[in-house]
Order: sequence, then C-alpha cells, then structure tokens
Amino acid sequence: MDLAFTKEEIAFRDEMRHIFRNEIPETIRRKATEGRHLSREEIVTSQRILNARGLAVPHWPSEWGGRDWSPVQLYFYQDEMQQANVPPPLPFNVSMVGPVIASFGNERQKRAFLPRIANIDIWFCQGFSEPGSGSDLASLRTSAKRAGDFYIVNGQKTWTTLAQYADWIFCLVRTDASAKQQEGISFLLIDMKTPGITVRPIQTIDGGHEVNEVFLDDVKVPVENLVGEENKGWDYAKFLLGNERTGIARVGTSKERIRRIKELAALERAGEQRVIDNPRFREKLAAVEVELKALELTQLRVVANERRGARGKPDPASSILKIKGSEIQQATTELLMDVVGPYAMPYQPQFEEGWNEPPIGPDYAAPAAPTYFNWRKISIYGGSNEIQRNIIAKAILGL
Amino acid sequence: MDFDLSEEQSLLKDSVEKLIAQHYDFEQRKKYLQTPEGYAPDLWARYAEMGLLGLPFAEAEGGFSGGAVETMIVMEAFGRGLVLEPYFATVVLAGGLLRHAASAAQRAALIPAIAAGELRLAFAQSERQARYDLSDIATTATREGTRWNLSGEKSLVLHGDSADRLIVSARVSGARRDHDGIGLFLVDAASPGVSRRGYALQDGTRAAEITLAGAAGEPLGAPDRGFSAIERVVDEAIAALAAEAIGVMAVMHETTLDYLKTRKQFGRPIGQFQVLQHRAVDMFVAIEQARSMAFFATMMAGEADAEERRRAMAAVKVQIGRSGRRVGQEAIQLHGGIGMTMEYKVGHYFKRMTMIETLFGDADHHLGNLAALGGLIAV
Repeated sequence: MDLAFTKEEIAFRDEMRHIFRNEIPETIRRKATEGRHLSREEIVTSQRILNARGLAVPHWPSEWGGRDWSPVQLYFYQDEMQQANVPPPLPFNVSMVGPVIASFGNERQKRAFLPRIANIDIWFCQGFSEPGSGSDLASLRTSAKRAGDFYIVNGQKTWTTLAQYADWIFCLVRTDASAKQQEGISFLLIDMKTPGITVRPIQTIDGGHEVNEVFLDDVKVPVENLVGEENKGWDYAKFLLGNERTGIARVGTSKERIRRIKELAALERAGEQRVIDNPRFREKLAAVEVELKALELTQLRVVANERRGARGKPDPASSILKIKGSEIQQATTELLMDVVGPYAMPYQPQFEEGWNEPPIGPDYAAPAAPTYFNWRKISIYGGSNEIQRNIIAKAILGL
Repeated sequence: MDFDLSEEQSLLKDSVEKLIAQHYDFEQRKKYLQTPEGYAPDLWARYAEMGLLGLPFAEAEGGFSGGAVETMIVMEAFGRGLVLEPYFATVVLAGGLLRHAASAAQRAALIPAIAAGELRLAFAQSERQARYDLSDIATTATREGTRWNLSGEKSLVLHGDSADRLIVSARVSGARRDHDGIGLFLVDAASPGVSRRGYALQDGTRAAEITLAGAAGEPLGAPDRGFSAIERVVDEAIAALAAEAIGVMAVMHETTLDYLKTRKQFGRPIGQFQVLQHRAVDMFVAIEQARSMAFFATMMAGEADAEERRRAMAAVKVQIGRSGRRVGQEAIQLHGGIGMTMEYKVGHYFKRMTMIETLFGDADHHLGNLAALGGLIAV
C-alpha cells in the first residue's frame, strides 16, 4: 500500500495545472468561478483550445484522439480541470455520444462524427428522458417506424440540456413495440434541422434556461443514422450511463467552491467579526471539508480499482461518488448562501445577460441563490440519488 | 498510489483474521469477559507467538518494524472480533510512547518483554477536568534528589487495572494546559503510592481510575518534553482506532444485511422493502467514507509536521465518529427488537463503536479543532 503518487504522476498533474490555468482564457474561467452561465461561444472556445492540445477526448480510443492515459492520469486531468474552473468539454459530446459511436458505430459514422464531436463542430444534446419516462427510462414511448430508407420518429423528449445550442440530438427511440421494454429500443442520431423538430424552453427555478422540451413530429431520419444494431439501444444507453464514473463526484469542483467560500467569507462581516471567524460557520464548513476529503479518497479507491483491470466495467461503488458528490456540491451552495446573507435575495437576471446595470449588493452575491436553486438538479440527473441507492442495494448489497 | 497490501501484509491479515475467526466467536468472547482480567491471557500469549505484540517496534530492538499499515491490519481484524486483550493499551499507546520518547536503554529493557507477552503497559494520561485536552495535566512530578515523585489522579486509564507498569503524564513545570513542562514517567503499578480502581467500560473492556500519591516514576527521555510524543502517539492511536472502527462497522453492516435477507414479515424478507434497502445503502456509504478516512489516517500517521497531522486526524475522527454513530444506530433499528438484546451480537458492536467515538475526542471536539485550524483546504 502506497498512498503517495509517483514523481511522474505529480509531474503530469503539474503539467495539467499549468495548461488549464494558462491556456484557457481568464474571462471564461472567471465567469465559471463566479457562478455565471457560459455562452455557447465560450464553451466552444474552451473545448477547441483543449482539443487542439489533445485534451478534449483523452479517454477515447487512441485512433480517435484518445491518449491511453492511466486512471490516475485521467483523475488528475479531471481534478485539475475542475479546480481551475475550466468548463469541461461538452459531456453530451465527449462522454456520451462519442464513446457510443466509437464503440458501436460503423466506420462511416466514426469518420463522419468523431472528429467533429471532439472539436465541437457538432454540438450534441441528449434525447433520453420523456415526460412519462424519467427514472423508469426503459418505458420510453417515442417511436421510430421504418419507412424505406428512413425512420419516421414521433414523440417527445424532455430535460434536454442546451438543446437550444445543439446541432444534433442522440435519441433513444422505440423500434419494436411488441418486444420486452428494454429489447425494443434503438439509438438514433438526428439532425436538429430536420423538419418536425420543435424545441421549447423550460425555465428552471433559478430563472435560467438550460433545459428544453423537444417535440418530434413525423421526423424523417435516414436509416444510416442508426448506431449499432436495431433494438440494441438499451445496451448502448447502459454503456453510456456507465461511462465517466469517477468524474461524477466533481471533487475538484467542490474543492474550488470551498476555496471560493473561504475567500468570500473573509470579505463578509457579521457584527464585529468576519463570517469566516464565526465558529458555527467554520464548523459547518469544516464538516463539509471532511466529507469531501473522504470522498476524494473514495474516488481514488475507485480509480485504483480501475487500474487493477476492472476498467470499462462500471464499478457499482461509483454510485457512492454520485450520491456523496452531489450532496457535497449542494452543501457548498448552501454555505455560499450563508456567506452572502441578505444580498442573496435580490433577483437579478440582468446579471446573467451582461454587465449593463450595476449589481444590487456585492457582485459576488448575485449568483448565490440561483446556484443554490439550480444545483438541486445534481441529485436528480444522471440517475437520481434514489436510483443510485437501488443500484447499490442490488449490485453490491445483494438485496 | 495503490491500496493493495504487500505479500507480507496479506499474510499478516490472513493469519490475524484466521485467529480471530477461531477464537473470537460470540460465545467464546463472553467467557473471556468473565475472567478477572476481562480478556483471555492465553490469547495474549498467542499474539506474542505470532509477533503481533512486537509488530510496531524496530527489528533491532526486538520488534518486527511494522508501520501504520500493519497496525491498521491488526486493528481492523480486532475490530471485527471485538477483541478484549490490551493490544491498543500496551502496543499502540504505551508502545508508541516508548518508540517516540524513551531512551535507547529503556527501549532495550522493555520492548523485548512486551513482544514476548510478559509486560503489559497502560497509558495514564487523561484526567477528570481535562476532557479531551491533552495538555490539561494537573498531576505533578516533583524531583527529590534522583527520584521523581508523582501525585495526582488519572482517569479512564485503558486496561490500567491489569497493567504491570504505567506510563504517566505529569506536569514538571508550567501552568495548566501549557504544552511545555509535561513529562512522561514509567511507574510500577504495584509500587507504593499507586492505588487503582478497576472497572468495565460500557463495552466490557477494562479501565481504571488511578490515584498517585508520591509514587516513584522514572522519566521517559527528557522529563519536561513529553508533550510532542503524547500528541504523536495519540494521532497514531486515532489511526488505529479508525481501523478498528472499520472492522466494527463492517460486522454491524454484514449482520444487518444477513438479517434483512432472512427475517420475514408480511410474507417476504424485509430486505425487499425499499425503505430498508436505502437505509442499508446509507450505512454502506457511511462505512466507505469512513474506510477512506481510515486509509487517510494510516497515510498521515507518520507525518512529521505536527499541525498537518493533527488537522488530518481531527478530520479522521470526525468522519469515524459520525459514520460510526449512524451505522450503529441503524444496525440496531433495522434489526428491531432482537438488536436490543444482550444475547444478540450486534448490540455489542454498537457499544464498542460508541466507546471508539468518545476515545481521544468525539466528533464535536475534533470538528471544533479542525475548524480552528482553518479546515483542510488552504485558500
């Protein structure tokens, strides 16, 4: 047992740190630090810089830009990126549809899509959830009926993140209504410009516009856009959801959030003392730091397990990372609310749009409440924490 | 970075676990509890034969040069068995003080005897007014020619009732709570001026209140510079307790899972009810978080920078305390009535866990310390 990193690993970490903190424009990282939404252009800019340095898709197969890194290297890549507040390469592209195409797509699809996905020349969004199919995803009803060289797709997708920016959508569709639920699903790539697609924004409780409903009415999709085999889509979806297990804890993000909280708590005063000097606040913060340190070690244990050869198969222990990681991220948003106090209250959507008006209260206060509200999503998306508990109960505890 | 054990460490783990499996079933343990010492002297001899009692000492001094990982392995296995022998008191606590404070001559005189199972020691450190403050020492050591006389009252001395010798912390100079001026003294437990009142703790392990009235003590190393050794040993002890806690929690969880799978109500195993499944999962998550911190403790136990080490151990104790309390309470609740009984094992694990939560500072105490040190993440 040796819990220290090798010299090479440390050098790799430092290299990542240097790149992330020096090559990604300060304005973009600053916005992320302050908790403001990034524009499409900023996300694209950041990913293209990373891609030009071979840092957008290091986990892909090497022939498509992967780096064959060890789990420890991938861990440092993510952790340093998160700590530097670099917007991660679009997850729908690089962690979801990209690996599915690389693993199950045909050569033509790989050539047509993978380089453009990596460079975000195509922006993908995810068409999985439906109004009637959330946690019970396999009950989805959007249908794709074969008509010659096309599928005719009808149905509705929802919670489609950043569909307003997307060029393409990858969808789970039902191609065999008579088969068992999981066995009649296929994985289709659909151009968002195809007639019959309507995107309607959903405003979330923070006032922001991240997610959308996507309506599909008689959308004609060429059969060549089917990934893998017809009716095997559920397998690909499981592969996709099992991918990228360790980054889900977002330990680096929470570390950075805690630093930010400490900085701001040293600026805010409550009575005679700074908020950071209030023992009750300090203890609340320290308690979160303890859980975060434990989670970091738990994540390293999962990483070490992957290195031992379990790679590719999702470790059910990674459900712990999702549960604890989301709880800690949410706790940091509460702490930031505690720090800013009363100036968390003014609703300032203009703060998001631009800097035309001066903020009400300290400028760092404006995003506190929207982030608190928005981050409630973290324990819901990607398999709610209750679904994660079902996974652990079944796969690990044998209940 | 790897969490794997070396071949020797795996062998150690196998042999200790095997010993515990053979000699520490629930009924056997009950018998050990009824002996005057409150443990099994035969097993103490077995530990000596296996080399466990010399484990952390340097080979040149009669030990086996084991480190924090070896101690972790033994303590986790002992946690699984709810082991009663004074391993923690003699080897981890007193042994640690010998390693960090004693002179070469003292180590040469004592360590072989410990390793052979012929010498049991106890660390007489805490005092009633001190709670968890390590430097709050009112017991005094005064010099009279070449002799040191110790006077004061020591509380909750683990296995202090059966120990052959005591290592007593005492104030040589300075004011209450000063870090300087604290010495460590070796005292023969049978010598004049030492009176002991032995008792059982809630979990059945033994302790004593000890009164020193001019008892003779031999200083361990320099007589006024014991505090850094005390801090260091307590940090090592916290790492050892964290490992023991993992063993204790793991058994509580396994026992609970077995129960959920076999106990039937409403015509089916109660483990089929989602509300109970999720609670069992939350226990699992709490244990894994604690296990991660036990690894962290093992990694940091040898850290030379005292502040970094104390910061780490405070965090460890917070996590162990919180996870342990949750896992213990849930283990009882998910068992229902049977979990409340003395005749069933889970409650005994719950009680041991509760003792570990309190030893060397509870979660609140350490959270306060960690917060005062500015937390774990530097701005």
